[in-house]
Amino acid sequence: MEALTTSNVTKRYTNHLALDQVSISIPQQTIFGLLGPNGAGKTTLIRIINQIINADSGDIFIFGEPLQEKHIGTIGYLPEERGLYKKLKVGEQLIYLAQLKGLSKKVATEKCKAWIRKFEITEWWNKKVEDLSKGMAQKVQFISTVMHEPKLIILDEPFSGFDPVNAQLITQEILELKAKGCTIIFSTHRMETVEDLCDHIALLDKSKKILEGSKKQVKETYRSNTYWVEHKGSFDLPKTKYELLEQQNLEDSFFKSAVRVIDDTSPNQLIRDLTLVTEVHSFFEKIPTMSEIFISLVKGGKNE
Amino acid sequence: MNKILLIIQREFLNRVQKKSFLIATILLPLIFPAIMAVLVFVAVEQKKNATKEVVYYVDESGFFVPDTTQFFFRKFEGDVNTAKIAFQYDDSYGLLYIPAFKLSDPKGIALYTKVNPGPNEVGELERILENRIKELKMQRLNIDQKLLDSLRTNVSILNVNLSEGGQEKNSDSRVLFGVGMTCGILMYMFIFIYGAQIMQGIIEEKTSKVVEVIVSSVKPFQLMMGKIIGLASVGLLQFLIWIVLITTLTSIVLGFFGLEMPQQQMMNEMGQQNPAMQNEGAMEFLKMMGQIPFGYVIFNFLFYFLGGYLLYGALFAAVGSAVDSPAEAQQFMFPITIPMLIAYFGLFTFILEDPHGSISIWLSIIPFTAPIAMMGRIAFGVPDWQLALSMISLIAGFILTTWVAGRIYRVGILMHGTKINYKVMAKWFMMKG
Repeated sequence: MEALTTSNVTKRYTNHLALDQVSISIPQQTIFGLLGPNGAGKTTLIRIINQIINADSGDIFIFGEPLQEKHIGTIGYLPEERGLYKKLKVGEQLIYLAQLKGLSKKVATEKCKAWIRKFEITEWWNKKVEDLSKGMAQKVQFISTVMHEPKLIILDEPFSGFDPVNAQLITQEILELKAKGCTIIFSTHRMETVEDLCDHIALLDKSKKILEGSKKQVKETYRSNTYWVEHKGSFDLPKTKYELLEQQNLEDSFFKSAVRVIDDTSPNQLIRDLTLVTEVHSFFEKIPTMSEIFISLVKGGKNE
Repeated sequence: MNKILLIIQREFLNRVQKKSFLIATILLPLIFPAIMAVLVFVAVEQKKNATKEVVYYVDESGFFVPDTTQFFFRKFEGDVNTAKIAFQYDDSYGLLYIPAFKLSDPKGIALYTKVNPGPNEVGELERILENRIKELKMQRLNIDQKLLDSLRTNVSILNVNLSEGGQEKNSDSRVLFGVGMTCGILMYMFIFIYGAQIMQGIIEEKTSKVVEVIVSSVKPFQLMMGKIIGLASVGLLQFLIWIVLITTLTSIVLGFFGLEMPQQQMMNEMGQQNPAMQNEGAMEFLKMMGQIPFGYVIFNFLFYFLGGYLLYGALFAAVGSAVDSPAEAQQFMFPITIPMLIAYFGLFTFILEDPHGSISIWLSIIPFTAPIAMMGRIAFGVPDWQLALSMISLIAGFILTTWVAGRIYRVGILMHGTKINYKVMAKWFMMKG
């Protein structure tokens, strides 16, 4: 059973189509990257999952059940446009937000206190949010997202505005939550986050889903049969089988070259051919980064 | 439903725990009677200490007999030109010049003053002269004072309301006017103050960006209603405290000044009339105050405050949700303010002048003007069917505005940095869920 599936979700605003038949499926206990340039429809999709707005058509299932009001407590949502009540005290605020998620006051208080202790910020309990630094407020905000123990956590640009120390702390928490069985949706265009954390991704562009799959799968699909070779002495390879994309002079007679294999020649064959013409020092496949895949797909779409 | 209660509770506590709430709630009922008391006190003192002005007069007609209730008259011996020169070096108030004139055609009477005289002073002098000329004319016609006195009859109409039950109630339209005006103005103020607070609260939620966190847990409509009702309960609590405080305080203030105030007024109005009348007038006034059904007025005030607040509060909420800052909200306040202003001016031009006229009736039934208009009318007595119709239309009105506002609100709160105009708001209103 998937944590979340959407099938043919469509949302039209007066002047434009925000989501066009978007179907994604998010396996349980994964970190799922929802990627796409600005205006691709990520936030719309997330708002629909959070039942803030309704889709015009399409179905959404959460842990096998059709999405309905009772699932509000199942989801923890950290919006991109986020904030807290400035005049409320940290403790009051967290308890209130947890109660709105459906927790009783007693349970809410216990959970809040536990998280406050975990983040070692007990002395903030009676401080007003407006008296906290930005980093402190972000911790409180993160606690408010996860304290009701949601099984699905949706984080929209979670690291924007976080300092590296807090970002590290939050990353650890996210991994810990995943280990405990949570499913996490990351909406971002920060590719290094995706590279580090995500197991699965879906790419939205211009209201459509243009790519989906596990990170490994996606990289497999977009591998370009290109290999990096570090070698001593320049070389020449048969143009019919290989293409020399670039060659950098590292120092003296040491070079680094990108070689693309044109037909289905195996890497072993390439090494064999290379040893004939040069002295090979290292050899590895040039795997495309998520960023490269992202840019090539989104740009490709624009050139169409 | 449970969540709306949570929001109401939160909103209520937020406001009530603020120091400003405590200050406003306790100080306001103190401030009003205090201002009233100070004004009455100053007025009374001024009357007491007022010194009569000195007026010199040059009488060439030989008719003039000074009447010294308001002025000290001193006769100036000499002609008017010397008098004018002497007047320059004197600190007296004025110089009255009465040339010889025919009784049928008094002309050329002049008052010389160093500053522009007020209408009261001139009026008083004219009254003295007119009375004197009348007296002389009567003498000429051989009518004596006795005959004239026997002709004068004092009629005072006792205003009695005959209610459906056949009970008779005395009423004084001036007192009712005062009650209507006070209620109307208070209603106008409260709707504005509370409505603006709703708007401000929503703008705060939007600018602090907490709103999207909240609407992921509750429906936007629940959030809006929770806020509106929460603030309404703050308002009701505040009113209850005020009613208790004001009743206590006014009874103290009335005991101290109230009995003196009408008396002084009556004394001025009645002039030289029978002093026994003075106390009677004061008693009459207090009796009239006692006749006003305050319980009924307060009940209706609370109803119309709630209704009017809900109706306008929803509109204020819609504006708050659409904009990013209070400054931006100003331009959208205009259409909300217009019906309020119509009701406010209607209060003075129609309702208090003619509480049972057709315009007054319509103003008190149309939901947008009803809260203010009906409060202006309520003390004069409103037929039950009109009250019922007005209340029903007010309820229908706020259901309508709440529905409209809710549709704008749910979209508006999620919009940041959009340029807003009425067309955009209409588009939001039309948008599907």
